[in-house]
Amino acid sequence: MSAATPTAAGARAASVEAAIRAANDEGRAALVVYLPAGYPDLAGSRACLEAAVEGGADLLEVGFPYSDPLMDGPTIQAANQVALEAGLTPRDDFAMCAELTAAIDVPALVMTYYNLVWHYGGTERLEAFAVDAAEAGLAGAIIPDLPGEEGGPWRAVADAHDLATVFLTAPVSSEERLAAAAQASTGFVYATSTMGVTGARETLADSARPLVERLRALSGRPVCVGIGVSTAAQAEEVAGFADGVIVGSALVRAIAAGGPSAVAELTAELAEGCRRGYPG
Amino acid sequence: MTATDLPATDASHYGRFGGRFVPEALIGALGELEAALAEAQADPAFGARMAALREDYGGRPTKLYLAERLTAHGGGARIYLKREDLAHTGSHKLCNVLGQGLLAERMGKRRLIAETGAGQHGVATATIAALLGMECIVYMGEEDTRRQHLNVVRMQLMGAEVVPVTSGTRTLKDAINEAMRDWVTNVATTHYLIGSVVGPHPFPMLVREFVKVIGEETRVQILEREGRLPDAVVACVGGGSNAMGMFHPFIDDAGVRLVGVEAGGEGLDTPRHAATISGGTEGILHGARSYVLQDDYGQVRPTHSVSAGLDYPGVGPEHAWLADSGRGTYLAASDTEALEGFRLLSELEGIIPALEPAHAVLPALRLAGELGPDGVVVLNLSGRGDKDVDEVERVLREVRGEALGAEATS
Repeated sequence: MSAATPTAAGARAASVEAAIRAANDEGRAALVVYLPAGYPDLAGSRACLEAAVEGGADLLEVGFPYSDPLMDGPTIQAANQVALEAGLTPRDDFAMCAELTAAIDVPALVMTYYNLVWHYGGTERLEAFAVDAAEAGLAGAIIPDLPGEEGGPWRAVADAHDLATVFLTAPVSSEERLAAAAQASTGFVYATSTMGVTGARETLADSARPLVERLRALSGRPVCVGIGVSTAAQAEEVAGFADGVIVGSALVRAIAAGGPSAVAELTAELAEGCRRGYPG
Repeated sequence: MTATDLPATDASHYGRFGGRFVPEALIGALGELEAALAEAQADPAFGARMAALREDYGGRPTKLYLAERLTAHGGGARIYLKREDLAHTGSHKLCNVLGQGLLAERMGKRRLIAETGAGQHGVATATIAALLGMECIVYMGEEDTRRQHLNVVRMQLMGAEVVPVTSGTRTLKDAINEAMRDWVTNVATTHYLIGSVVGPHPFPMLVREFVKVIGEETRVQILEREGRLPDAVVACVGGGSNAMGMFHPFIDDAGVRLVGVEAGGEGLDTPRHAATISGGTEGILHGARSYVLQDDYGQVRPTHSVSAGLDYPGVGPEHAWLADSGRGTYLAASDTEALEGFRLLSELEGIIPALEPAHAVLPALRLAGELGPDGVVVLNLSGRGDKDVDEVERVLREVRGEALGAEATS
């Protein structure tokens, strides 16, 4: 495996923030779409991710299924389980991502749990994962069970391979922790709207807006809000105060209901919400 | 090697093991828990209340019993049994849940959640929730709720709600995931009363602090009986709470061997075992770096043991550190060896052990043989075997076609 050779210094990681700011410049919040690799199967997941781009997604998060996803609710767990039972591995997921990123013009990040990142490539550990992520055309990684104080080794490797690193923040995070997460994140800062795991909720938690405002006061990084955003109305609400809106579970359910065309349709509705709600 | 050769460790790490690999939403609660433990340990009133409840309610200190017929059978060192089976709820688990329950009370959290495999930790948590008048939710793999119906009823009788877990592989590890998900959502009102020396910091340290009374009592008792420390302490290891409780007070005594016995299932050369240290690799599971039974990509593997209490793909990070540094020795005993240990202890001593510590019986006998008649071995008898009687009968009769003892000789 060759060492990662970014086409231009910092271009890959920087594409994440650039995509969000480009959407903002066009008068809308960026729409970030999460879908798992390998659901309903590998080719199907690629078709759904491409459909999300057609529907207006500005950024993709590709979930790599893990056996013990403790940050995920029932919808994403069930989709992950389908991929795991089919025997798909992170190597298969990267192969799919390479085809995906060649076919789309928005950045894609991998979202998975730390044990998979750390294990990949045997003794090469984090390095091998970063190399293959970069070679697959991915722009960065989101690792929800890797908090800042344990994240140093991955950040160093990600920086060396020009991959963006996105850390999560929560409504209960202290000011110090928010500042550290904002400082350590490249690309954007992930604001979890509520205390809980992924999954649709009827109403958006009141805790999202204050969290975004606290993060805004601490750094100039874009702030994207995820967890519990599933409808165009909720996307519109979040677009009123955040730079980006992250939707996952609702789109996974759309796959089950109607495949790629249902994904494109819901994505377009969500994108419209992101436009309607954006200030100014 | 001596204790001073061990790699440096801080409160949150054991050598390179341990740490805190959890979603950001839990970091605050883990910090709060760590601070609450430190405050409680500095408060004599907390210590006095816990000590009183351990004694009057829990039946501590548990006895240290010289097992003469087992010793004679081994033909070597004197074998003592630390009788955790005589504690309230029938195992060592009450020490942990009592400590954590009192800590939750101190933090003003009146909703306890727990995971359970066979149901022993769930029963212990339900017990303490009843004692302290708290709400209790126990997550249990759907399959286990069927296999361990009696423990489900026990929990319900004490007022707990048992939630069958249908995600993932529907086993103990998935019950832990589900408890973590509940905790992320309800952390302001809820304490996650984890059942072993596993999970993100401070759990491995906190649970160890509450169970180390086992080794502390043993130390006093063996000095009274033998006038010296034992040559070895032996305990079964799933997540590793009873073993850590026994080992920890002896870590600095280089002359005391620390021997952990994992569940070898159908053999380490098969995928059907739960011997995490003997047969696993380094990884991150349930918030800590330790040894894990997993595939080359880090996907956690299904495990097997005749004993549900050892049927877990991870192990406490402090055990990983003891193994890695050479201070501890970790072996595996198969299902067959555990059943033989179960039978020996029942027939020779009139003590029906839980299947978990039954794993440690044959390794203890072998060790006694190696040490010879001047040696002293302590086996931590971490629980009683009533819960396992049906399973043992089923395995012996149906699977192996053997009859039980009296029938066999009549």
